[in-house]
Amino acid sequence: MSVVAVVAFALLGAGALLCLVRVALGPSLLDRVVATETLLAIVTAGLAAHAALARDTTVAAVLLAVTLLGFTGAVGVSRYVGGMLVRSSDDGRDVGLPIAAEERASVERGAGADRR
Amino acid sequence: MQTVADVVAVVLVLLGCTLALVAGLGLLRFPDVVSRLHAGTKPQVAGVLLIVLGAAIRLWGEPAMWTVLLAGFLQFLTAPLSAHMVSRIAYRRRHLRRDLLVVHEAEPPPPPPGQPRGDEPADAPAPSADHGSR
Amino acid sequence: MSPGPIAPPYVRQLPLLGWLTLVWVLLWGTFSWANLLSGLLVAVLVTWLLPLPAVTEHARLHPWPVLLFAGAFLKDLAVSSVVVSWEALRPGGPVRSAIIEVQLRTDSDLLMTIVSETLTLVPGSLVLDADRERNVLLMHVLPVRDLDEVERQRASVLEVEERVVRAFGSRAEIAAVERAVRRERATAGGVQR
Repeated sequence: MSVVAVVAFALLGAGALLCLVRVALGPSLLDRVVATETLLAIVTAGLAAHAALARDTTVAAVLLAVTLLGFTGAVGVSRYVGGMLVRSSDDGRDVGLPIAAEERASVERGAGADRR
Repeated sequence: MQTVADVVAVVLVLLGCTLALVAGLGLLRFPDVVSRLHAGTKPQVAGVLLIVLGAAIRLWGEPAMWTVLLAGFLQFLTAPLSAHMVSRIAYRRRHLRRDLLVVHEAEPPPPPPGQPRGDEPADAPAPSADHGSR
Repeated sequence: MSPGPIAPPYVRQLPLLGWLTLVWVLLWGTFSWANLLSGLLVAVLVTWLLPLPAVTEHARLHPWPVLLFAGAFLKDLAVSSVVVSWEALRPGGPVRSAIIEVQLRTDSDLLMTIVSETLTLVPGSLVLDADRERNVLLMHVLPVRDLDEVERQRASVLEVEERVVRAFGSRAEIAAVERAVRRERATAGGVQR
């Protein structure tokens, strides 16, 4: 069983690491929200995997708490960003946040060019 | 009998863990927020479902089994809500690589001059700059 | 907000009370009368202190279609998880997606909510916005390579809607969807908008 545990947690750990890379890279706030939420889902998965592999029942309550935390966190931050959306209604441009990153990226690489 | 159940549970857990890794990869490789959200849905829904099922098989008969199943079910209820909130705001705040869309059926009409609405996508004020996306 | 026959407040709250009590019992993990009663007490307290807007529509459950719906949902979940995983793994350029508008055939808050929730749970399709007045869902779908695939995605959304209505809709709603399906089959090949 220990080999299985090593493989399982290696997979989860690699996934979590990639999420952390996305959190670090951004480029926007919402990217980080999505990455953090995925990270929490992977933490949930890891707790459940530990419960399954070690037959450990103590983590069940933690599992529940992490599940609900991920949800409230994502909803909270997206409501916050949505509030800024309303406030920026004067010209439709973003206010305060370096959010035009996607647009900048597409301009840098030549907007509209067919990249396939 | 016990070993068969164990093997099934372990396979479920490993499949779920693989989905977590793939989600991380998708999160890195997909081009914009909304696409990354698709990648993030995988461990949230399918991965957690698989692993929770594996855990429920392994914890069969213990009280904690129900708590684990409840956590999985709550994940099912809440994942679409947060995904929808994030995606709607990403769409309205123009976090979309519109040049990578095959079709965009809800392209808003250009607003009357001098009257932007504020929730309009990035390319709406300058419709002439958008023709490459089709 | 359809002004249907509204049940008295406590009848309306019953499903919520039952669900909260069930959650409480599941949290304890074992069934006992003490758990059940304390759960009921907590549920009453929660609904009294934190009231929610009333759901004016009743969910109906048609057992066999619900099973079909659940089976189809699990199949969709498995298939599209594999598809989106492949998009994350494959070499090559960035994944292409599309934003499509799908005209639904139902006119019910509850059914539209179930449809959107189901669609968002499945990786590869995401509901961006819902136009309640026109019954149109604005969706982001992935992966999409050409226009044929767009139409296939649209057709699968409508299939999900059909299954949801058959599982949870009233008799009139099911009849309406069946009529729409027949009309679409009659004009098969045309664009369904």
